[in-house]
Amino acid sequence: MSLYYLQKLFYELNRNETLQVEFRANQEQVLDAFELTGEEREAVLLGNIGLLYVLGVNGQLLMHYAAFCGLAWPDYIQAMRDGITKYGQVRAGLYAMTDGKGAI
Amino acid sequence: MPLVFAGVTSHAPGITGRADQADPELKHGFRDALGHMREALEASKSDVLVVVAAEHFANFFFNNMPAYSMGMADFYDGPIEDENWLGIQRVRIPGNADLSDRMIRSIMNYTDLGYAQEWKFDHGIMVPLHFLTPDFKLPVIPVNINCQCPPLTPLHRTYEFGRALRKACDSVPERVAIVGTGGISHWPATPDSGKVNVQWDNDFLERWKNNDREALLSYSDEETYRDAGQGGFEIRTFIAISGATEGVTGDVWYYEPIPIYAVGCTVGVVNGFDE
Repeated sequence: MSLYYLQKLFYELNRNETLQVEFRANQEQVLDAFELTGEEREAVLLGNIGLLYVLGVNGQLLMHYAAFCGLAWPDYIQAMRDGITKYGQVRAGLYAMTDGKGAI
Repeated sequence: MPLVFAGVTSHAPGITGRADQADPELKHGFRDALGHMREALEASKSDVLVVVAAEHFANFFFNNMPAYSMGMADFYDGPIEDENWLGIQRVRIPGNADLSDRMIRSIMNYTDLGYAQEWKFDHGIMVPLHFLTPDFKLPVIPVNINCQCPPLTPLHRTYEFGRALRKACDSVPERVAIVGTGGISHWPATPDSGKVNVQWDNDFLERWKNNDREALLSYSDEETYRDAGQGGFEIRTFIAISGATEGVTGDVWYYEPIPIYAVGCTVGVVNGFDE
């Protein structure tokens, strides 16, 4: 797991509009600059928000990538819940879920 | 000049980005309270607003994460987020690099902090400014306390930072206002989004109102994480304001959980600065 670099990708992507254009044009090439595991790389390429959450990406970074992928807020929340169901508890980073029910 | 205004408020991006998805009564109640806070801020005739915020990986990342940092630029741009997502149009906000320089030098006598000559405001600053300085004309000096990723600065250091900030405010001829902005209990941007621990929030706000230093500093991060979520780490922004107004009580003008905003929405003002 290389959570630092996975989160760095989103940090850079969230704040750099030029990189966003490059990413939309050629995701593979942009990802080559970050030292990701195969699982992390695939999760990004598939826009698999649920898995990215389970891999430990901070929500303050991930919520912007979800919006970048076109997910509305309730869909973003649901994608994380689905990720927990499919892949299990968060593996690294800050988060441990409580009941996961929230309010929406 | 002595400090002219001090308060605290929330900054969750849903407040503007998902504004109309909230119960209208709650939405308007919170906005009315923010409007009263804006009036009080304007009545203070401040020359500058120092916003003590908890940013979310907009400028600071795991490669270089200061516990405390202060802006030292003549302008700032924001929001860094997508305008439509946040519901706030991108704008340039005036700063005051010279004043920042003088305040930073003063603070450094008492505590260490980083400084930044470029700073893109995220929702943590833009949402409060949207309501408190809606024309974005009042010069702003941003302060960041790392509340996102442990290791975090201890609460007693946060209080001391607030005291140092106050000395800096009082040492300059400009009229300085300060606003701390963060959540109390909340689990933003997670599957628990929308959850709020009202009892915990009310207890914290009681301590904040009383500026009860001992009670404010008695939380461990483990307890905060357990009872108030990772968003609860942002109580540091409120505690910094308490440090800056040591010995002075405050009033909570508004507190209501607004789940779609993912936080208990709060407006609090420290007493004694409107005379």
